Amino acid sequence: MEEHNINLTLKIWRQASATAKGNFEEFKVSVSPHASILEMFDEINNNLEKEGKDPIVFESDCREGICGTCGLVVNGHPHGSKKHTATCQIHMRSFKADETIYVEPFRAAAFPVLKDLMVDRTGLDIVQQAGGYVSVNAGSAPDANAIPIAKEIASLALDAAECIGCGACVAACKNSSAMLFVSAKVSQFALLPQGQAERYERVQNMVIAHDESGFGSCTNTYACEAECPKGISISNIARMNRDYFVSNMKLQE
Amino acid sequence: MITLDSKVPEGKLSEKWTNHKFNMKLVNPANKRKFDIIVVGTGLAGAGAAATLGELGYKVKAFTFHDSSRRAHSIAAQGGINAAKDYQNDGDSVYRLFYDTIKGGDFRAREANTYRLAEVSNNIIDQCVAQGVPFAREYGGTLANRSFGGAQVSRTFYARGETGQQLLLGAYSSLNRQIKLGNVDMYHRREMLDVVVVDGKAKGITVRNLLTGEVESYTAQAVVLATGGYSNVFFLSTSAMLSNATAAWRAHKKGAAFANPCYTQIHPTCLPQHGEGQSKLVLMSESLRNDGRIWVPNIVGEKRPVSEIPESDRDYYLERRYPSFGNLAPRDISSRSAKYACDEGKGVNGGNSVYLDFADAINRIGEPAVREKYGNLFEMYENITGENPYNVPMQIYPAPHYTMGGLWVDYNLQSSIPGLFVAGEANFSDHGANRLGASALMQGLADGYFVVPYSIGNYFGSEKPEKSDVNGAEFKAAEESVKESTDKMLSINGKQTVDDIHRKLGDLLIDKVGMSRDEAGLKGVIKNISDLREEFWNDVKVVGKAGEINQNLERAGRVADFLELGELMAVDALDRDESCGAHFREEHQTDEGEAVRNDEDFAYVAAWEYEKAGSWKLHKEDLKFESVELATRSYK
Repeated sequence: MEEHNINLTLKIWRQASATAKGNFEEFKVSVSPHASILEMFDEINNNLEKEGKDPIVFESDCREGICGTCGLVVNGHPHGSKKHTATCQIHMRSFKADETIYVEPFRAAAFPVLKDLMVDRTGLDIVQQAGGYVSVNAGSAPDANAIPIAKEIASLALDAAECIGCGACVAACKNSSAMLFVSAKVSQFALLPQGQAERYERVQNMVIAHDESGFGSCTNTYACEAECPKGISISNIARMNRDYFVSNMKLQE
Repeated sequence: MITLDSKVPEGKLSEKWTNHKFNMKLVNPANKRKFDIIVVGTGLAGAGAAATLGELGYKVKAFTFHDSSRRAHSIAAQGGINAAKDYQNDGDSVYRLFYDTIKGGDFRAREANTYRLAEVSNNIIDQCVAQGVPFAREYGGTLANRSFGGAQVSRTFYARGETGQQLLLGAYSSLNRQIKLGNVDMYHRREMLDVVVVDGKAKGITVRNLLTGEVESYTAQAVVLATGGYSNVFFLSTSAMLSNATAAWRAHKKGAAFANPCYTQIHPTCLPQHGEGQSKLVLMSESLRNDGRIWVPNIVGEKRPVSEIPESDRDYYLERRYPSFGNLAPRDISSRSAKYACDEGKGVNGGNSVYLDFADAINRIGEPAVREKYGNLFEMYENITGENPYNVPMQIYPAPHYTMGGLWVDYNLQSSIPGLFVAGEANFSDHGANRLGASALMQGLADGYFVVPYSIGNYFGSEKPEKSDVNGAEFKAAEESVKESTDKMLSINGKQTVDDIHRKLGDLLIDKVGMSRDEAGLKGVIKNISDLREEFWNDVKVVGKAGEINQNLERAGRVADFLELGELMAVDALDRDESCGAHFREEHQTDEGEAVRNDEDFAYVAAWEYEKAGSWKLHKEDLKFESVELATRSYK
């Protein structure tokens, strides 16, 4: 692997607090093509700290694209333009020498900026608390093989369950809707036998919590699917809508 | 002064847990709501415990330093979770899972704990399926299994390469339900910085609110730490960036013994380092070793590209040395073998990596079948390295991964501080000197769903701990000491950054307290780490203020603790003058380079009591093996 650092200009969003006015700060860097974008940030921060300056606040944890902690808008795309990768999986080899890169936080009314590139995504948890579970206590479960589940059904449920809860769908959506996120959890349980008992109550409660948390409506633009780092399908939204419709009928019964 | 009492129940191994559950004191349902419990950490063990305690009717306060409880590092576990279901009809049983685990740990775990782990493993799978965890299935709709290292049966349940994610989201969903029901109060973005001990019992915690910088105290009648392992002491590890030992270490300094700190697992299948700016190492699931074959060139200094190296010039060293287990030899053995091959100069291009080759598997079962099993891992590899592993072999190298050591706990998972329970990777209890693959998820959920909820009830029923005043002297003192240490770090204003010092610590540890250790190296490194700690407290530069979001300050506190823990790891490795599992002392090996245990002198748990920085007192818990015979571990 040849090692030639590439030179880049970075425009990074800095914002002191939730209420402060933010702006882009420019950095000129020379970076290894094998480094990830967050490793580049680490290096910038290490240098800032050496100079006694405040490092850029950004969040990340697993750096393997699974924890959903990181989430930057890179050149206008949540998690960058490469399909099916989280921010931490962007490698600098995907940029051209002397390119200018813009890095911003996820922007949505429901995700207020806390500092620099760090946002508050509490709304996503509130939606899950409203119904994203099967009500079963530890100790009361039957044998795991008691209910056979067709391989393709389990696989579809897992496709939906792979959502990492990063909020990129919200940031991508012109309405700041979290419907892709909600529908992924609704679909996982709607597909599985374990989720049937609470199926319609769940979709009602989660959709209501979604709306109350300040997320917008879905108008079928599909930007969410295009930007989702896990490739969660918008067919989940269709499934959720069907269940939501049925649940409204049931409410009227 | 600490006294160690393992509280292992009497009776036959297979009946201990059942009898113990019967003998434990109960708290009647109406009284449960009078008891407050603090759970720190929301990974498998923490979320599992918080949810289950909530279900039982206790008042739970759960804490995480993340923005959401779903972010805990359990989420990154890839390969699977073991259970003794014997769905494959291949001769598995609770006893076999127990035996494989205790043998895999090189006979340095507590027999009764490990047996209980195997015993409840089946309940875990039932529980997860009931929660709607979409495990892999066969065409007939039954659950699928695969094999992991150190086992000759197929007992690992999985969900593609994202088993940890699915299990954690299951626990997270149960936790969410309890939050919604009002049984659990969830506190996000709080980092635990002290345990508060009142009259000898754990009664609360002190945390820093990571958004405001405020130091806050919370009180309860019991505290559960489920705060994970300490692999990040090595700077580069497979742990998440934020994973740290601070909660466990602060508890240690308050009187909780720290056990077997030198048992640190170096995982054999990780991506090699790319360069200086590397922030962490990426693991490739061990499940890849089901179908991948590990080899190095036979010739030192081999320069030919991999496609031009003929079979005759390849050394499939695991298959050669361990014909029964082959590429599925346990992690410690596989890692050390890779290190030796690279040290000999047989690594890929003479560097630090070996091949993990899927060509045979692709020929045998076809590329689609390989993709079905490992698709997302192959994608991840290609994304990071820019190379397509369907066409060229992967390159891998061992990396610090899991820590078997941790806070000492008795059979009830209670530490040496009454009322302080420790669950999951944060405790030392079940894996001995080496953990087998797919056993971490099993232990986290076993502790969280099925052990701590019982044993805390027993503590309440027998000790009847009172509530403590959150404004009491002990709480105020803990808050003061946290503030003092924060102010001190911010005032040093030296020349080195926190990461600079952390990297230095990591280099020292991986070199001298990594895959192989020796007396001279350990003695030297103890001094070096102690000096580095001095350097930190005199020359570190931490910017920003205490009363704001300050990630630099957060890292500084964690590294300050790593600098003490790192020294204890070396002290423990020096004390343990034998080779066992992941702890390999150069002085104790066979002519063929296999570890040589010394059961006569070292069949004990080393539990260290903190005296002051750089000074510990050793307590030994003798390991008694009533059911298994101590054998030389052989995977040949």
